[in-house]
Amino acid sequence: MNSPILGKDLTGLEHMTPEQIRLILDTAEPFKEVSERPIKKVPALRGKTIVNLFFEASTRTRISFEFAEKRLSADTVNVAATGSSVSKGETLVDTAKNLEAMRIDMVVIRHGSSGAAEFLGNRIASNVINAGDGKHEHPTQALLDLLTIRDKHGKIEGLKVCLVGDVLHSRVARSNLWGLTKLGAEVAVCGPWTLLPRGIDELGVTVFGRVEEAIEWGADVLNVLRLQLERMEKGYIPSLREYYRVFGVTPERLERSPKPITIMHPGPMNRGVEIDSRVADGPHSIILEQVTNGVAVRMAVLYLLAGGRAELADAAKRGSE
Amino acid sequence: MSDSSLRPLLLQGGRVIDPSRAIDAMGDVLIQDGKIAAVGRGLSAPDGTTVRNVSGKVVAPGLVDLHVHLREPGNEDEETVASGARAAAAGGFTAICAMPNTDPVTDNQAAVGFVVRQSGRAGLTRVHPIGAISIGQKGERLAEFGEMVSAGAVAVSDDGKPVVSSHLMRTALEYARTFGIPVADHCEEPTLAAGGVMHEGLVSTRLGLKGIPSAAEEIMVARDVLLAELTGGHVHLCHMSARGSVAIIREAKERGIQVTAEVTPHHLTLTDHACEEYDTHAKMNPPLRESADVAALRGALKDGVIDCIASDHAPHAYDEKEAAFDDAPFGIVGLETAFAVAHTELVCGGVFTLPELIRRMSTEPARVFHLPGGGGTLAPGAVADIVVLDPTAKWTVDPGGFHSKSHNTPFTGRPLTGRAILTIVAGTIVHEL
Repeated sequence: MNSPILGKDLTGLEHMTPEQIRLILDTAEPFKEVSERPIKKVPALRGKTIVNLFFEASTRTRISFEFAEKRLSADTVNVAATGSSVSKGETLVDTAKNLEAMRIDMVVIRHGSSGAAEFLGNRIASNVINAGDGKHEHPTQALLDLLTIRDKHGKIEGLKVCLVGDVLHSRVARSNLWGLTKLGAEVAVCGPWTLLPRGIDELGVTVFGRVEEAIEWGADVLNVLRLQLERMEKGYIPSLREYYRVFGVTPERLERSPKPITIMHPGPMNRGVEIDSRVADGPHSIILEQVTNGVAVRMAVLYLLAGGRAELADAAKRGSE
Repeated sequence: MSDSSLRPLLLQGGRVIDPSRAIDAMGDVLIQDGKIAAVGRGLSAPDGTTVRNVSGKVVAPGLVDLHVHLREPGNEDEETVASGARAAAAGGFTAICAMPNTDPVTDNQAAVGFVVRQSGRAGLTRVHPIGAISIGQKGERLAEFGEMVSAGAVAVSDDGKPVVSSHLMRTALEYARTFGIPVADHCEEPTLAAGGVMHEGLVSTRLGLKGIPSAAEEIMVARDVLLAELTGGHVHLCHMSARGSVAIIREAKERGIQVTAEVTPHHLTLTDHACEEYDTHAKMNPPLRESADVAALRGALKDGVIDCIASDHAPHAYDEKEAAFDDAPFGIVGLETAFAVAHTELVCGGVFTLPELIRRMSTEPARVFHLPGGGGTLAPGAVADIVVLDPTAKWTVDPGGFHSKSHNTPFTGRPLTGRAILTIVAGTIVHEL
C-alpha cells in the first residue's frame, strides 16, 4: 500500500517536506490518548501483518514499535538477526524476497549498514520503515524528539537546539538535524572534533567544540547523544572520565545559562559520561516524555503508511469506542 | 580471428591520428605482415590487399590500458583472460596489463607464464601480466621480479592493496631498476582508510557512510615520490583520485623524479554524488571525490602531470553489488566504456582534442610501461596495433551487451558518443562493429 501523502516507505527525514513531517506530528496527537486508556487498542491496522526485522540489538525502539503495532491491532512478528537465517549468512536481498513471499504488509528494519532500509524498500512492495540504519538515519526517533520539543515549547520554529556528543556515528543526530532545520529551528552540533563529521557545517548548522559555547549561544534544548563505549577503544576519545569532565552535560555547565535548558536523550544513557544524573533526572529533562511519545509517533507513521488519512486519525481511534 | 591477417590490409581515407609523430591528417594506412607498411595519402595497395574505406572515421594506434583486473585464475565466473581480452578488443584496446591480485596471486614465473599463455590462446587483445611486488601480496617478502620479467611481466604491483611497508617499497623500487620495470602502487594509507567505503566529505556525512579522506591517498603519493627520489626507481601511481596528489606529482616531476601516474575515466567524470541513493556501482577504491578533484585531474591529464588514462576494469558478479553499500565490493568494469566516456566528457565536452585523448590512452601508456612490441604508434615498421574509431557514433550503455562477463558499471543507460569500430592486433582484426 502506498500512502498518498508519505509514499511507500519512511527511510529518513532528509528528503521529506516540512508538511509531511508536520502531518506525522499532528497525526500522532490523537494517538497519544490511546496509550492512556485502560484498554490500549484501536482497530486501525486490523488484518495487517508487520515484521520487525532487527539486525542489530535494540530494546527501546523494538518494544516501542511493537507496542505501536499491537495498539493498532496489527499482527506482528519479530525477527532478530541471531537465531534466524540471517545469522546463517543469508543476504539482505534474500531475506527481503523471502519475507515478501510470505505476503506481509510492512517491514520495520534496523540494520547496521547505512542505506539498508532504502535498499530493502527498493526491492519489496511492502512498506518499509527505517528503525535505524547504520550511521544514516533514525527517522522515528527524530519525529518523537520533534513531537516532544513541540509539546514542551509549544513550537519548533525559532528554537535553538544543540545536538551534543558523538555526531559522527549518530543516526539520531542526522535525522534530528534534517527534521529540526525543516521545521525552522536553529540547529547546532557540539562535541569533540574527533566525533564531528566532515562537512557538517555545510548543512546549515552551527558547530561548537565545547558545551559551554552551545550554552552561551543561547540553546533552548540540548539533545545529548549516547556515547558508544567502543569509541574509546577506537581512539576517538582518550577516556570516559575525560569525556565527562570536558563534554559531560552537568548542572554546573547548565547554570551558566540565564534560562532553563530543556534536556533530551535518545537513550540508553551512560549516566556520568555524556550526561550527569542530576541533569537526566532534573526538572528540565523530558527524556521519559520522549519514550512515551515514541509509541504515538510510531502509531502515526504506521497508520499513515498503511494508507490512513490524517484527518481520519481521530475517527480511526474512536472506532473502538 | 580473421583470415585478413594473411593478406595486406589498407585502411583508406580516414583521419589518421598518431600522437607519437604528431600526425593528424587525412590519409591511408597500409598493413602488411602484421606491421605498419606505410602511412600517407593515396597509398597504392599490392595485389590481394583487402581495402577498407574508413572515411569519416579515425585511424589511431590501438588503445593501451595499464590497469585491468582479469579474474583468472580464481574467479573465472567474473572474468577470464579471454573474456577480458574480448571486452578490451571491443573497447578499442590492443594491449592491456593484468593486475596480479588473482587467486592464487600472480607472484611467480609460472603464474605470469599462465597469463601469457591464456592471452596467446585467446588471440585477441594482448594481455601483458603485471607481477606481484610481494609474495602473496602480503607485503612482506619481494617476489622474484627477474623470473617474472623473463616470463613476460611488464611491471610489478600489489594493487588492490597498498605497499604498507616503506622499507618494502624502497627495496622494490631499487630492485626493479635492474629489470627496468616500474613499480605500480595503489596509494592508500591503511589506517586512515580503514572501514571507509566512499570519499570523506559532505556526501558521506549525509549518507552516514564511513569516508576515506583524500589524505589517505596523498600521504602515500608523497611517500612514494620520496622513495623514488631516494632510490632512482620508477614509481607508477595507480588510479589517482585527489587534487592534493596532483600537486605532489607536479612538484615531483618538476624536480625530475621518475614518477608516472594514471587516472580512470570515472575519476575524470564522476563525483561522490554518484554514491547517493547508495548506488553500489559508484563504490570504488579510491573513491569518487569532489568536483574540484575532477577538475584538477583533468588539468593534470591535459598537461601531462598525469600521464595516461587507465580503466581499473574490476569485474564483480552481479549479486555481489546487490548488497548494502558497506557490504558491496569496490570496483567497476570499464574496458568497454573507457574510450566513449572519456571521449564524450572530455572531447565532446571541449576539454581535450581527440589527438590529446588518443595520446593519453595509447601513446603515453605504451611509453610508461615500455610495452614489448611497442604499441602507441603508427610509425612505419611498427607492429600493426590499430584502432579505427567512429567519433560520431552515438550509443547507449547497455551492460547486457558487454563482452565482459561482468556488468557492474555506473554508466548504465548513459548516452555516449564515440566508439571503436575496428580493432586490429598485429595486423589481425580482433573486433569489428
